[in-house]
Order: sequence, then structure tokens, then C-alpha cells
Amino acid sequence: MENAKSVKLVLEDGTEIEGTSFGAFTSAAGEVVFSTAMTGYPENLTDPSFAGQILVLTYPMVGNYGVPGEDLYESISKIFESDKIHIAGLVVNYYSEEHSHWNAAKSLGDWLAEYNIPGIFGVDTRMLTKKLREKGAMLGKIVAETDVPLHDPNLDNLVAQVSPAGVQHYGSGQHKIVLVDCGTKTNIIRCFLERDVELIRVPWDYDFTTLAYDGLFLSNGPGDPKMCEATIGHLQTALGQDKPIFGICLGSQLMGLAAGGDTFKLKYGHRSHNQPVKLTGTQHCYITSQNHGFAVDTATLPAEWDMLFENLNDGTCEGIKHKTKPFFSTQFHPEAAGGPQDTEFLFDDFLKAVGEYKAGK
Amino acid sequence: MNKPNKVLILGSGALKIGEAGEFDYSGSQALKALKEEGIRTILINPNIATVQTSDNIADDVYFLPVTPYFVEEVIKKEQPDGILVAFGGQTALNCAVALYRAGVFEKYNVQVLGTPVQSIIDTEDRDIFKEKLEQIGVLSARSVAVTTMDDALAAAEKIGFPIIVRAAFALGGLGSGFANNMDELRTLAQKSFTTSDQILVEESLKGWKEVEYEVVRDAYDNCITVCNMENFDPIGIHTGESIVVAPSQTLSNREYHKLRSIGIKTIRHLGIVGECNIQYALDPVSEDYRVIEVNARLSRSSALASKATGYPLAFVAAKLSLGYSLAELKNSVTQTTSAFFEPALDYVVVKLPRWDLGKFEGVNRHIGSAMKSVGEVMAIGKSFEEAIQKGLRMLDTGKRGFVANRPEADLDNAAIDQLLSEPNEERIFAINNAFEAGYTIQQVHDLTKIDLWFLQRLLTIFELGNQLAAGRANGLDALENKLLRDVKRAGFSDQQIAVKLLGEGDVKADELLVRARRKALGVLPVIKQIDTLAAEFPAKTNYLYTTYHGTENDLTPETDKAVVVLGSGVYRIGSSVEFDWCGVQAVQTAAEEGYKTILINYNPETVSTDYDVSDRLYFEELSFERVMDILDFEQPEGVILSTGGQIPNNLATRLAAADAPILGTAPARIDEAENRHKFSSIMDELGIAQPRWKELTSLDAMFEFVGEVGYPVLIRPSYVLSGAAMNVVSNAFEMEAFLRAAAEVSAEYPVVVSEFMQEAKEIELDAVADKGEIVSYAISEHVEFAGVHSGDATMYYPPQRVYVGTVRKLKIIAEKIAKRFQISGPFNIQFLEKNREIRVIECNIRASRSFPFVSKVSGNNLIKKATQVLLGQNVTRDESERVYDLPFVGVKAPQFSFTRLPGADPVLRVDMVSTGEVGCLGDTAEEALLKSMLSVGYKIPQKTVLISGGPIKSKVTLLSAVELLVQKGYHIYATQGTHRFFAENNVPSSLLFWPDDHQEPNVLTYLKDKKIDLVINIPKNLSKGELDNDYKIRRTAVDFGVGLLTNARLAKAFIQAFCRLEMKALKIKSWNEYKAM
Repeated sequence: MENAKSVKLVLEDGTEIEGTSFGAFTSAAGEVVFSTAMTGYPENLTDPSFAGQILVLTYPMVGNYGVPGEDLYESISKIFESDKIHIAGLVVNYYSEEHSHWNAAKSLGDWLAEYNIPGIFGVDTRMLTKKLREKGAMLGKIVAETDVPLHDPNLDNLVAQVSPAGVQHYGSGQHKIVLVDCGTKTNIIRCFLERDVELIRVPWDYDFTTLAYDGLFLSNGPGDPKMCEATIGHLQTALGQDKPIFGICLGSQLMGLAAGGDTFKLKYGHRSHNQPVKLTGTQHCYITSQNHGFAVDTATLPAEWDMLFENLNDGTCEGIKHKTKPFFSTQFHPEAAGGPQDTEFLFDDFLKAVGEYKAGK
Repeated sequence: MNKPNKVLILGSGALKIGEAGEFDYSGSQALKALKEEGIRTILINPNIATVQTSDNIADDVYFLPVTPYFVEEVIKKEQPDGILVAFGGQTALNCAVALYRAGVFEKYNVQVLGTPVQSIIDTEDRDIFKEKLEQIGVLSARSVAVTTMDDALAAAEKIGFPIIVRAAFALGGLGSGFANNMDELRTLAQKSFTTSDQILVEESLKGWKEVEYEVVRDAYDNCITVCNMENFDPIGIHTGESIVVAPSQTLSNREYHKLRSIGIKTIRHLGIVGECNIQYALDPVSEDYRVIEVNARLSRSSALASKATGYPLAFVAAKLSLGYSLAELKNSVTQTTSAFFEPALDYVVVKLPRWDLGKFEGVNRHIGSAMKSVGEVMAIGKSFEEAIQKGLRMLDTGKRGFVANRPEADLDNAAIDQLLSEPNEERIFAINNAFEAGYTIQQVHDLTKIDLWFLQRLLTIFELGNQLAAGRANGLDALENKLLRDVKRAGFSDQQIAVKLLGEGDVKADELLVRARRKALGVLPVIKQIDTLAAEFPAKTNYLYTTYHGTENDLTPETDKAVVVLGSGVYRIGSSVEFDWCGVQAVQTAAEEGYKTILINYNPETVSTDYDVSDRLYFEELSFERVMDILDFEQPEGVILSTGGQIPNNLATRLAAADAPILGTAPARIDEAENRHKFSSIMDELGIAQPRWKELTSLDAMFEFVGEVGYPVLIRPSYVLSGAAMNVVSNAFEMEAFLRAAAEVSAEYPVVVSEFMQEAKEIELDAVADKGEIVSYAISEHVEFAGVHSGDATMYYPPQRVYVGTVRKLKIIAEKIAKRFQISGPFNIQFLEKNREIRVIECNIRASRSFPFVSKVSGNNLIKKATQVLLGQNVTRDESERVYDLPFVGVKAPQFSFTRLPGADPVLRVDMVSTGEVGCLGDTAEEALLKSMLSVGYKIPQKTVLISGGPIKSKVTLLSAVELLVQKGYHIYATQGTHRFFAENNVPSSLLFWPDDHQEPNVLTYLKDKKIDLVINIPKNLSKGELDNDYKIRRTAVDFGVGLLTNARLAKAFIQAFCRLEMKALKIKSWNEYKAM
């Protein structure tokens, strides 16, 4: 590649890896995590749950199909998962500088540069992944010309950083759903809007208990769920009522905490498009898209709650449900984008519960 | 779960184009899965060279044709309670559909395990399939299924040209093709109707991307896609003929998951239980798509997907058919995580097809919607550049990669344009020519419709090559660390670097200089594992590849005493599953002897590349460079290269020069046997006769030599020029014609001319020697006289018409040869016998094609013995002589794939053209012969036989057999000379005119009207002649699905067999029953 500049990736354990710069030629620090997804970098990079993280992609060739242009639908992005790139940096083995796709507007490198995000390629990402797997996710930095200190994003209230400032309304369907935005992926909004819903999107610490609504939704988001004390507080009020509640990812963890359970940090998290989960008590299994570093500790769940889904690989909690009330959550992403779309029916299940609640009221 | 106790598995029979080694893999996996459950397994497969028909895999094996008659007989006898029909390709599937329709499964209360037969029918019948898709709103190409020519033409009118024609129920796209107008359609449809009652006239999606998914579903409706694959070549080229990449490279997340979701929805709707493959066309400029087809069985693509991901599809499919859920099964790579998951790859896989069209006279070399390739390779890398260059070398067609190949004639732009726009075997190299001629990737895309991303990667390779060449003035010094790493990451071999940097000199010596320089600079490949989860979970996987995109090896060298076995590489005509069997036997024997086994091979259609066969599997090139890289790393006690056929054997000298610990016969001795001159003078020294031969460098010398030995002679150019392969010439006229085709005979391009013995018997000896002493052997006899390549010959084992005295003489000669070459390990000698005089044709100091056949029939596993010798075990001479007491006979018969090679002359000559083989057993030679002929697709004729008897000698040979036919009530048709000959000998026959006579009753009309059940056409001369009358008869017979025999001796044996034996007389006996005789 012409004018290739060297950069290095430095980990908190002292590992230093030389590579070549792409995207912005700048330094950045964050928590180094890996994802084994083979497609979907435009979706991944704009997923607010990745805020503060330096993302290592295990799939070796990245950038092949470029990055599509922006296209809006109901004032939200039709393609991306938020309005900006959220990762702190990107680490790949091989960067396809020249891309090819009918809807590409720019290259991955140009797109990263636009948001001043550094990328590094020429890295033995498998070696790096094994290190992260064995030692756990660790802090790291991409260093270009000037060094930067290591920084642990989990000490920040990342949710406060990615959550919107004000309340927004979308759609005019028959079910009025409050979406508590802790860093929501736009495909969650799209999934609702395709389903006869009026959506009220509120900031993470907004007191939604004051609103009139039919169902409550808790979004995904970055970082440690215990940082979201305000959300947990409001949620506890909602759990005292009977309106259906659905949570995804961070939303699931918040529900666990609000219910009185505990969460813990996984050694290196689940970030992939191939996580198998099983609906407990059945033979039904689903391949899911996941992106999380924390999980609900099933053992701490109060008696009126059950595990809804279980991870087939490591047995961790993939969702919880209330035994009698219409409250449930998934640790995985039924809205996909990117990844498999096999569990999108959960949105229908939720809205069905909303309909039943309204009918029974 | 209601598990069956006894299950019958249908194999796929002989290897043929469209149905090859992948079904040995899938059947073996299924058998293993059932065995683990304690289920008794019965296998029907006449392919005796496969691993699945080895000892201890199935409980009982029937070497019988996979046809409804024989399968029903086996069911009647064995009374199985279940049957698996999805593991033996289209052959097994078609057979199962026929049995299902005839109510056989119901009658004998046999449960079809896995996907129900009705679902199979739903996917195979185009009309039903389309309707099924429409029910769930899934798009398929606009098309009309028709059963008559008139309807086909009307359908095309409605849809509009160009259109594609597909035949229903056909393997590998047989009878398919594109038509641009009514005339083309008429020709194509006529041919398609000969293979299928129903054809499909369909909108053409030429230029769309072709994408496939492998989908697995269990009986509880859980569904996963194990792998997706993108064809480098767009729609229009059969996926078996395409370069295929896994996972897809140019699909966005939306496209990937849209197609994935449609696949799952479709497979659920069809009710498949087990594994299947769904193929799509994807619009390159939108998200529009069409479903092309669903294969409701294990397929070539599923074998590839298994090897590409490490997910054992066939094994899992077999378990699911027993009623397990996916979640209950474990991921056999990690052994801790669930089988319900979708592999994440952290590498890229490229599959490339291997063609052998050059072997066929008259064949159409266009690559399109029907399959013609005979093998494939799979290359693994961390970039497309790395993988494709590995793959191009693996094809073993003499290419060094995408660039730096031997200079060939310059192509002008018109020629380049044609090669690019009309797909052919050489198209990828034409892309390099185009780059050299200054074409942009956009221009290449316009001509090929290959996605720009792939072309850009090829351009990167091209540019790196130029960068190397730019440093030529500085020689090796130009090779600094950065550039070296860049080119190695782009898949350049040391040899390519040598050629680019040092020119086209002594390439092998220069390669060593590059290797030394590279090692001095510390630029080494790293070894990575394939673990199905991209390192997310720890895995104890032994499935390995090498890459230059990395800094760390995933594992450390094997520390226990280990032996490396080199596999057989790509399947091609002359080397296929038989060598995989040999390799697997060698690995298993080494393991039994207490060694850790390390296997190197790169063929995705094999059992040897299953990661549970060896302790370590390197899915890698069988090149000097890569084998040495692995030996340098592993430091094994020894390397076995005599069980993998010619590819590893060819490495012997170079590996020895590099001090590799080669086991067995000294490489210098191997070289003496391979080198014609050395071998010949050694034969003289030993007083062993050979057909006379000379290497000649001038025309005068050729005529002089022919004057000495007389016609006919066998001619082999040592450098294969276009159109001039091995040939037999019978007179001066043919000699001149040959020389015209050869273009050049000179000191640089010498020609080997040998005496050609007519009416000589060909006898083969397969043996094992230990330090020059024979410890075990097997002798087999060809049915045909010499002149038919041994790979195309029909063989008896034990020999049926060889004098005891001859056998004694053969043994003495073999002993002399073994001693002289100090052979340790396997070897094969081919002999000619005429008038009790014996001549040696050649000696191969390695396992031969017939090792599995003779090992299985005799019950004496020669590879096991050979491996024990190689590992230094004491092996004493066994009782091989006892074989003459064998109370049964084995017959090996070749399988031809002429139907798939339009235009190819279906005739047997000195060059091998068969694609596979079978071996069947019988109480008599006739019974075994008849079973094996039925296994390779011949049918006992109903009423009529056409005989075109060729030269007088062959007419005489056939006479008694024809009399027998007449006695049996057959009606004989004959062409002019033969008709006259029969009349003179009082054999009644009806005259049919030659094709060129344009007079009725004409042979061609009778063939097309299916008035003839069997054609015996003996060529009049031995040379590859022009495409004449005889050719037309042969080709028409093949195109219209009529059985064809072109060898008088074989025709006679076949006629005698079916006249004397009825179907009912063919005994349904398992291998174990024969062994117990």
C-alpha cells in the first residue's frame, strides 16, 4: 500500500504489536475485545455497545464491500446502527483497501478517518484473540505518533455518553411503546416501526413512569450495567406494575438487577454472530447475534424469575422472564444487524403480550 | 428416540464426473456415526477402492451395483429396519426414489432415516419445487417444466432468450446448458430428453453472483447454516466448475443474512432432516435473488463445507437421522461446545476445480452449466491472494501460481478477450495475460462478470510480481524483509519468487537459494489451527494449515515418535480414491505400530483429510517447499511418500537431497526406475526383456527405428505439445499425420518410440519388498490385450488364464527387480506376455492403482505390510501363492464419464480416460465380470445388439459370442463389413448403413430411435484418428444413453457372461460371506 505508516497496538500486559495504519492516523485507548462475526462491520462499528472498545476482528479480510452511503428512514439511519462510529479503534489482519459493492459509498478506511478512529492491520489477530481469551479482555491502545495513557472505559458511565439528550417520537401505530435508550441500535427502532407501534424514545435516566404507555422496552448499551442506577430505579417501579416489559442485552442485565439479581463481567464476553441459545425447558435452539461483556448471574435471580434462554456453549444466562408477569429479556440481539435474524419473532411475542395486556385491562 | 438396529447405507458406486470422492467421505462418516450407536451397518457400494468399503467400517459390505434390483435383493436378504439414502450422491438418491415409488421400503418395512423421500422428490421435481417455494413467497427463476419438444419451444417463446435448460433428476447438471435461440434450444433439449423425461426451460441469470449455503435441520425444527460459499465465477458456470470461496467475500451483512434466512425458511418448509445445500443467484447490483436449487442430500459442496469449517456435516446428518437434536450433539472439534452453532472462520478457503479435458479427443473445452471437472483442491490462507495461489499450485497442472508461470505463446487482445468471455479451463491465467496486456480490472470484469473485488486481489498479486521483477538487477539482495513478507502473504512460492527475481533459469536450484535467503531473514510460515470458532474457545484440534499472515504457531512440534504420510493430492484421471485408501491404510498402520501420524494432503473429497484419521492433519500443498517447511517444524522420524501415487513420489529426489528422512526404497533407486534410460539399461543388465524403444530426436531416426521393429509403434512426446499426447501409429501414413500434429521433434523435444506388441496379454504384479526381498505379492490379469491403458482395463484377480509357468517366470523377474532396486515398500510391475515370452513394460516403486482391489479381494492388505516394512518391522514372506486357492474371483472394471464430456471420443486407447472403477466378487469370473459391468452402468440388452466389428481379428474374436447372442434370441444389427463377415459365417444379422452413407436403415437413426440396446464398435486402427464414421456411432451411442463397448475381448467376455447368467443367478453375497468361503 502506498504511503503505509506504521502504528502499534499496545496491551496492558506489555504486549506490543507492529502493524500498518489505516483510517485515522491517530492514537486511541480503550478496552480490547474481539468479535468473531464474519460480516457486518458497518453495523458493528456503529453499535453504541462498542463505545470505548478497541475491536479486534477475527475474520481476516475486512473492508471488502466498503461502507454504504447514509440513507434515512423515519429520521433514523436505514443502514447504520447509530449516527456515528462508536468503537475506539479497529484491529484486523488484512485490510481490503479497494472495495467492491453496488451500494458502497466509501472505503472502510475513509469512513474511519471521517470519525477520527484509528485502524491497524497486518496483525496476527488469532494470536491476539487467544491472548484475550486466556487472559481476559484487557486495556490497550493504538499508538500512532503520540502516546496516550491506557484508559478503562468500564469506569466511565458510557451509557450517559451514548444516550440521547431528549425525548423523540416515531410512528403512529396502535401500541405505545417506551424505549429507554441506553445506546440503542437503530434496528431495534426499525423492528418496532415495522410492527404497528408508536415509539417514545427516552434518555437512559428519564423517568418514564410518568408517561402513558402500553409496553416498556429497555435497549442495549455499553459498559457495566451497574452504572445505570437511575434506569434501575425507574425500572423497579415498572416491575411493580403489570405492563409488559422487554429488554435486550444491557436491558436484560438492567432487568436482572432491578429484579434483585446480580450481574458479573465475563472473562472475554460474547461478541459474534454464532452464539447458540436454547429456550429453557424445550428442544428449541436459536443462533443469535451477541455483543456483551457482562451477564446476569442466574443463581442470584429471585424466586419469581426464571432463566428464559441459556447459552449452549458456556451455560450463561441468555435472558430471563418473570414467572407470572409479562416481563422478559434476552441477552442476545433479536434485532440482529448484523448477524442472524432467527429470533426477530420475539418482537411479535412482546407486542402480543402488549395487546393482551391492553385487552385484559 | 426409536433407534434402528440394522441400517442399510447406499454408496455412490464408481467415481465419475459429478460424483467423486466426496461420497466416500460422507459414507464413511455416516458409518462411523452409526457404529458409535451400536447399530449394525450394511453398505452397498461396488467401489472397492474406497475407504468406506474397508475392513471394520461397515459390518457388512456388498460389492454390488447401486440399482433398484440389487438394493431390493439386499433388503430382502438382510431385512434392515432403516436405510440411509442421502450419503451416496445422486446415484443413491435416484435409486431410493425408484424403490420408494415401487413401494419396496413399505413392503419390507424399512424406514428411510433422515429427510423423507417425499421431500427429496419435492426438491428434485422442478414443478413441485417451484410450487413449494411459491407457497412461502420465496423467489425462483421464472421457468416452465416441459416434457415435449414443442412445449419447450413454446416456453422459451414466453420467457425470452437467453434461457437455460435443465434436466430433472440429473447429477452435476447433466443435460443442462444455455441456449440463445430456437436452434440451440432444439439441439440442447433433444439431448436433455435422453437423460430425463422432464426438462426445465428457465430465465437466464448469467452474470449474477452464485452463492450457496449448507443448511442443517433436526427433527425438532432447529436449523443452522454451517457455511456459506461464494462462487468466484458468476452464474452460468456450474458450481462444480467454479472457483469457490468460503465464506462469501463480497456480500454485505444484509445480503448474507437475507439469503441465510431464506435458506432456513425454505428448508423448514421442505421438511428436510439432516443436511442439504441451497444455491442462489444474487443480483450484483441489488438485493434481488433467486433460489436455484436445493440438494436434499450430502453433496460435493457439503464435503467442501465440512473441510472448510471443520464442522463434520455428514457425521452430524447421520446422527440427526436417528432422531438426535442438534443441541444434544457436541462440536467434535472443541469437544465441549454444542453442535448447534455456526462456525466462525478466521481464514479463507478457496476451492478450485481440476479438469483433464486434454486427455480427450474431440471434446468441447467450454466450461459451462454442466460439470466436466474430475477433481478439486482446497487451499486455506488468511488472504484470498495466499489461498488462490496455493490452490493454483495444488491443481498440479504445472502452474507455479497466478504469476511467474512458464512462458507460453503470446496472446493477442482478441485471443485474451475470447478466453475471458468464453469460460474455459485456462480462464484465470488469461486474466494474468490481460493484466500484462494492460487491461484494467473493469475491462476484465466486463468480459468475465467476475466481481471486481476478486479481480483486485489478482491484480495485487500481479503487481507484487512486477515489484519482484523490478529488483532483478540486484538478484537475491533485492529480497528484503518487507517485500519478502508481502509476497509470501500473497501466496508466492519460493519458486515464483526465484523466477521473478532470477529469471527462468535452473528454477529448482534458484528456489533453494530463495529458500535459504528467506530462512536467513527469518521469514517462515506459521502453523494455525482450524477450530470452528475462530479461537473463541480452546480446542484440541489437530486440523492445521500454514500462513505467512502471522507471528505465532498455534502449537509446538510433535514430541513423540512421529511419521509423516504424504497424501495423493488432487484427483485426476489416473489418480484418485485408490491412493486415498492407500494413504489412510498407511496412517492407520503407523498408528497401530505406535507412531504419531502426521498427514499432508489438500483434497477436500477425501477421507484422509478428515481430521480424525491422523494425529495431525496439515491441509497443505504437497510441494517440496511446503513439505520441507512441515518437516523442518515437526522433525519426524520418517516420511512415507510411496502410498500417495505420483505426486509425492515425484518429490523423492528433492526431499532426499534436502536430507529428509524418507522411509523405504532409496530415492536414487526410485529415480532409476522412473528414468526410462536408466531403467532400460538396468533391465538389459539383468537380462530382462522389454519392448524395444528409443528416444529419438530426428525424423530420420524415427523412420529408421520403425524399420527395425516394424509397425505399430507407440509414440510418446517427452514434452507434451498441443494435440500430441501418447499415441499408437500403425503405418507410415499415420506416422506422418502424428508428426504433423506434434509440430516439432528435436534434441530439445525428443520423442520416445517403442515397439507395440499386439495381442499380448497384460499382467500386473503388485507387491511389497523388504530390503530387496519380496514379502508379499498379488498378480492380476487384464481382460483386454495390451494397448488399453492399465487404468482403463478390466482386471481379474486372481488371474484366470495365465499359465502357472508364466506366473513362475514373472515372480523370478520381479524378484530380480526387487533385489536390484533394493526395494523396501510397495511396488508394481506391468508385464506383457505373448507366446509365453515375458516383457516388462514398467516398474513403479510405489503403491499402484490396483493395491486396494487386490488387497481387498485377497484379504491380504498389501499397504499394511508395506507400511510395516517402511517402519522397519520384520515382515516375513507370506503365503501370497495361496491366492490360487481363492474360491471366488474379483473383477475390477473402469467407469467412464463420456456422457459428461460432449464431443469426446468414447474409445479405449493407450492414454487413460476412465474416471473411476468398481470391483465386484463372484463365484466365477463370469459372475464377477457381469456384476462389475452392471456396476459401471452397463445393462443387459433387451433384444438388439449392433456390431461394428472393426479389423478382421476382432471380428473373429467376436464370432462365437455373436453366435451365442443369436442362440439367446437377440437380433443382431451390423454395419457393412461386419454384416458380410457374419453372413459368410452363417450368422444372421440385419445391415445398417454407416452414418456417412446417409441412407436408411442408418445406424444413427436406429440409435436415436432407441432401437438398439447395446453397441459394440471396435475401432479399425489403433491411432487417435479423425472423427469419422466410427466416432459418430460411438458418440451417438453415448449421447443417447446406449451401452457401448469398444474392445473385442471385453465385449466377448461381457456377452458370454450375460448370455450364460441371468440376473437371478447373480448371488447376493456379502464380502464377509466370500471371505468365509
